[in-house]
Amino acid sequence: MRGIGRLAIPLGLGFAFLYLPILLMALFSFNDSRMVTTFTGFSLRWYDSLWRNEVLMGALGLSLRIAAISATMATILGVLAGFALARFGRFRGRAGFGAVMAAPLVMPEVITGLSLLLLFVAMESAFGFPAGRGASTIAIAHATFGAAYVAVVVQSRLADFDLSLEEAAMDLGARPWKVFSVITLPLIAPGIAAGWLLAFTLSLDDLVIASFVSGPGASTLPMVIFSTVRLGLTPELYALATLLVVLVGLALGLALRLLRGRSAP
Amino acid sequence: MTPRLRRRLVLALPWGWMALFFLVPFAFVLTIAFAEPSEGLPPYAPLLRWSGEATAVLQLNLANFQLLLEDPYYLDAYLRSLRVAAVSATLCLLIGYPMALAIARAPEHRRNLLLMLVILPFWTSFLLRVTAWIGILQDQGWLNGLLLGLGIIAAPIPLLYTDTAMYLGITYCYLPFMVLPLYATLSKLDPSLLEAAEDLGARPWRAFLQVTLPLSLPGIVAGFLLVFIPAVGEFVIPELLGGPGAQLIGRVLWTEFFQNRDWPLASALAIVLLAALVGPIALFQWRAGR
Repeated sequence: MRGIGRLAIPLGLGFAFLYLPILLMALFSFNDSRMVTTFTGFSLRWYDSLWRNEVLMGALGLSLRIAAISATMATILGVLAGFALARFGRFRGRAGFGAVMAAPLVMPEVITGLSLLLLFVAMESAFGFPAGRGASTIAIAHATFGAAYVAVVVQSRLADFDLSLEEAAMDLGARPWKVFSVITLPLIAPGIAAGWLLAFTLSLDDLVIASFVSGPGASTLPMVIFSTVRLGLTPELYALATLLVVLVGLALGLALRLLRGRSAP
Repeated sequence: MTPRLRRRLVLALPWGWMALFFLVPFAFVLTIAFAEPSEGLPPYAPLLRWSGEATAVLQLNLANFQLLLEDPYYLDAYLRSLRVAAVSATLCLLIGYPMALAIARAPEHRRNLLLMLVILPFWTSFLLRVTAWIGILQDQGWLNGLLLGLGIIAAPIPLLYTDTAMYLGITYCYLPFMVLPLYATLSKLDPSLLEAAEDLGARPWRAFLQVTLPLSLPGIVAGFLLVFIPAVGEFVIPELLGGPGAQLIGRVLWTEFFQNRDWPLASALAIVLLAALVGPIALFQWRAGR
């Protein structure tokens, strides 16, 4: 092992760059003053006013619902796709399928958003479905790019295990569905959980695609934050950011412990 | 059930979904880019019109693309986007490479924690992280306050709504996308290669330049593309941190769509943007597929 040595300096600076803005937000979320930059005293008033802010809380509720639904759809699609890419060998159309599954990862959001909106408008005028735009069209859009992320996670998790366990089960006479549900699924369960969480977070965070495919009345949390920020910073936003960082940190820490406990021999 | 049929069933759902909600929409963008804007909803005229007796007239309107080529406003936005994305990706590489190398050389039980620390900001709200930079950079912000307090400057210097702010924001938000693929490549490097180089008398810098750097090229390319491609179409960061002059192609598309309600022009912009990114995206796919 070579050790970090002097590389510790750029690593520390890099982490300072990543975390100083977040720490400053967390500090000033406890500020007594409305000023977002001068600290006058400790207070929890912004957490209280965040809790009472019905517009933000309503948007948070809608965003959480959309995120849960779209992450679940993305997981189903992504597990099937990731399984096919990792276990079907060189089937016909594999290159095309892989390309289509990976393309949403890098596609600029304005293009994805605009193209989906045009599809929804055309579908509505042709079939009357989806009737209007809102939570359901946002969920479809988010499921589409979420599936790409889940597929990557599941595929790489499956690539870490060789086929021998599955082959052994088949040699012992297990039917394909049984092999999948008793062997493969438990093996990739941490990957599925991580993929679901990733799709959930990405959905919760998306502003651009949701703005394109949303309709009147359906404002997600990022859409509300965006219009608030344009009017000026408020300590309420800092409080919201702090809560999110703490919650995500706890969830990630828990996930890491679970993963480690499971893969330990 | 034959294995073949089973495979088709597994593939049918994701293939069908992605075809409908990812591939088919591009056909609509392409179609509507050739349409004429009109009043009403949707605000474009149909391309195919029935003209009396069972004949359809296909009318392609090239005016949108002509405008994009002739008006320097669009061409400038387009070139500026490519430049901003390339500079930001380079900044990410310069900051991210030493970080990834340090993590790859850290003791094995620490690596997961360090990687988690890189990923954690990415999992929290992107929008709120951009917001934090407004608090840092505005005239009465933390940075100006610090510089004033230290006596380095006499009056607040304008930092927010500048190109610097935009570059900072993009670099900050996309840094994890650079570190992760770099780490993936660097952690797989065989340490005995470096030992061999040193046994043969190479100094650490020379060993880095002649062994580590060339072998990590796949990670560099992947990280660069992962930052560059989405950054070209970035809307939020130039909108919130960049100045009025920071008209990038994503922001222009947004304005044409939401403020001017010119759907055909926005579609034409999307086609042109996509055309510029086809090369990088294909390269990314090809590398990812190997």
